[in-house]
Amino acid sequence: MGVQANIDNSGKELTIKVDGRFDFSAHQEFRDAYESISEDLNSYVVDLGNTSYLDSSALGMLLLLRDHAGGDNATIKIVKCNDDVRKILTISNFEQLFTIL
Amino acid sequence: MKILIADDNASDRLLLSKIISKQGHEIIAAENGKEAIDSYVKYSPDIILMDVLMPEVDGMEAAKEIKRIAGEDLVPIIFLTSLVDAQSLANCLASGGDDFLTKPYNFIILKAKIDAFVRMKKMHATLQKQRDTISANNQHMMHEQHVAKAVFDNVAHSGCLDSVNIKYMLSPLAVFNGDVLLAARKPSGGMHVFLGDFTGHGLPAAIGAMPMAEIFYGMTAKGFALRDILREINSKLKSILPVGFFCCAAVVDLSFTKRSISMWMGGVPDCYLLSNQGTELKSIRSHHLPLGVLSSAQFDDEMTEHSMEVDDRLYMWSDGIVEARDSEGNMYGEERLLEVFNQKTPPDSLFEAVKDSVNAFVGESERDDDTTIIELSMVDESELEQSALVEEKVRVTGPSDWQLEYELGVDSLKHFNPLPLMMHIMMEVPALRSMGGQLFTIVAELFSNSFEHGILKLDSALKSTPAGFAEFYALREQRVQELESGFIKIKMKHASESGRSGVFSLSIEDSGEGFDYRNKVNKNQQNMNAESTGANKFSGRGIPLIYSLCHSLEYQGCGNEVVAEIHWPQKILAE
Repeated sequence: MGVQANIDNSGKELTIKVDGRFDFSAHQEFRDAYESISEDLNSYVVDLGNTSYLDSSALGMLLLLRDHAGGDNATIKIVKCNDDVRKILTISNFEQLFTIL
Repeated sequence: MKILIADDNASDRLLLSKIISKQGHEIIAAENGKEAIDSYVKYSPDIILMDVLMPEVDGMEAAKEIKRIAGEDLVPIIFLTSLVDAQSLANCLASGGDDFLTKPYNFIILKAKIDAFVRMKKMHATLQKQRDTISANNQHMMHEQHVAKAVFDNVAHSGCLDSVNIKYMLSPLAVFNGDVLLAARKPSGGMHVFLGDFTGHGLPAAIGAMPMAEIFYGMTAKGFALRDILREINSKLKSILPVGFFCCAAVVDLSFTKRSISMWMGGVPDCYLLSNQGTELKSIRSHHLPLGVLSSAQFDDEMTEHSMEVDDRLYMWSDGIVEARDSEGNMYGEERLLEVFNQKTPPDSLFEAVKDSVNAFVGESERDDDTTIIELSMVDESELEQSALVEEKVRVTGPSDWQLEYELGVDSLKHFNPLPLMMHIMMEVPALRSMGGQLFTIVAELFSNSFEHGILKLDSALKSTPAGFAEFYALREQRVQELESGFIKIKMKHASESGRSGVFSLSIEDSGEGFDYRNKVNKNQQNMNAESTGANKFSGRGIPLIYSLCHSLEYQGCGNEVVAEIHWPQKILAE
């Protein structure tokens, strides 16, 4: 399990990549990934390409990120979800809050 | 430190005492093993220096006894011996000694050893203290949790869960459970059932469940519609839970007379509806975000309708069922669940079959989520225990014959919104509660008509174009600021016929100039009848909408007063 964060060349978009199980154990790392950024960002990408599993506390962490990024005005894309992960996001109707690609 | 020196040789004893007391320690002397034991009990020394060979009780025996008495306390015993063979020295340690010092004494080593044991002794005491504190705290916490759980269970797993049409299973993960299962009979007949799954487990989850259960039972007993209850719960959870904490839920409004259910699902796995003697299986999908995520303005209370014949069954579960793991960490999964349903198990024993299947799969391995499952069957309402008591209580507690007049002056009109207060007064009448949404629309429309057109003299024709819409509200803001005179008088009246039927009337009068209602209203009525999309569709005092909701609606005076009547019970409108 690991969380990596990268800012793109424009300096406006932060990509957070979560490997392995995305659950409560990733809590601190996930928060650090965006709270430690001082740049003025306008969009976020959560890359779940290597995420094998997602639980409800991960959903909570995504909501925290959304809140941090400006709540209803946040632009957050969740990308590369596998079928299991996508299903959990769909059950919770997170496509209403995030752009899920 | 207090140091006990046990040696039968007086000169040795004296020598040691001198040396050690020079190092700043207090000395207790004993002449043999027996005296050593007695002195230990009497003075509880910190460290003991003990000769191996002594009369009465020898050093090794005394060491064993002292260690026994000391129990968990650390009493370092250093043997003093002239023996030098390995076996004898090993025996010293085997009998409970912690170290040995061979004669003749090397005082530098003696001091080093005493200092080392003093350090160890202090460390041991700290550890013991911390352990005791932890143990006491833990005991205290467990006690508190048990008490809290008793309260929680009374609140969160109660109501009419023991009804004949309900089977359920709850398995707590910790002492507290993140899952909530609530069921309550409605005063008007029918039942509300709520299955909730809070993020996380334990205390944080339980805390959110308490106000939620209170709202659910309180509002159900008072006859509120499930949509209103959900709105209230959502806004409560949104305001009390930190961001990232929420409650997934499947909520059912079950009508025994209509043989149907209305469902709202947010963030829970698909529910299954088994019908036609167990031959048809329909899955119902969650369409909403969990409770406590969206603000009230964004919250969507739309529910789906499903018909249910007698003996049809609805299955709802928290994700713990699907995500239950066996000893190798495999998930139970939806496929296994569906398999149980497809095994043609008789509907009567299906619930047990599902339960057995999950339990057999999980086996002895530890559950990592709460697993809750409920089966809800459609039955004839007569099969349920009478809830007449609830009905009776509500009927007598609500006001039925009352009226009031409420006049808002110009200052109040500028700064105060009277709608919540008016709603509150109306909602005290049990029979009006189920019509809450409808009543709110009527009151809100009529009041804003009086205020915007009567008092502020705004022209609704402005609102016919998008640009005009914005202008309308800008102008509204400006005129509110500038308002200097005017009033709105609200009259409400309710009368009831022995609690079986009633009439609620609402009159709103403003200080404005009124309007030519004879023409306008007539035109609107014609529009309504012809179902036309006339020019007044988007504006024009919202009258067509109100017409469809009231029993009657009349303008009076010069058009500055409107009277609406709402009758109950309402005729069921064809959908």
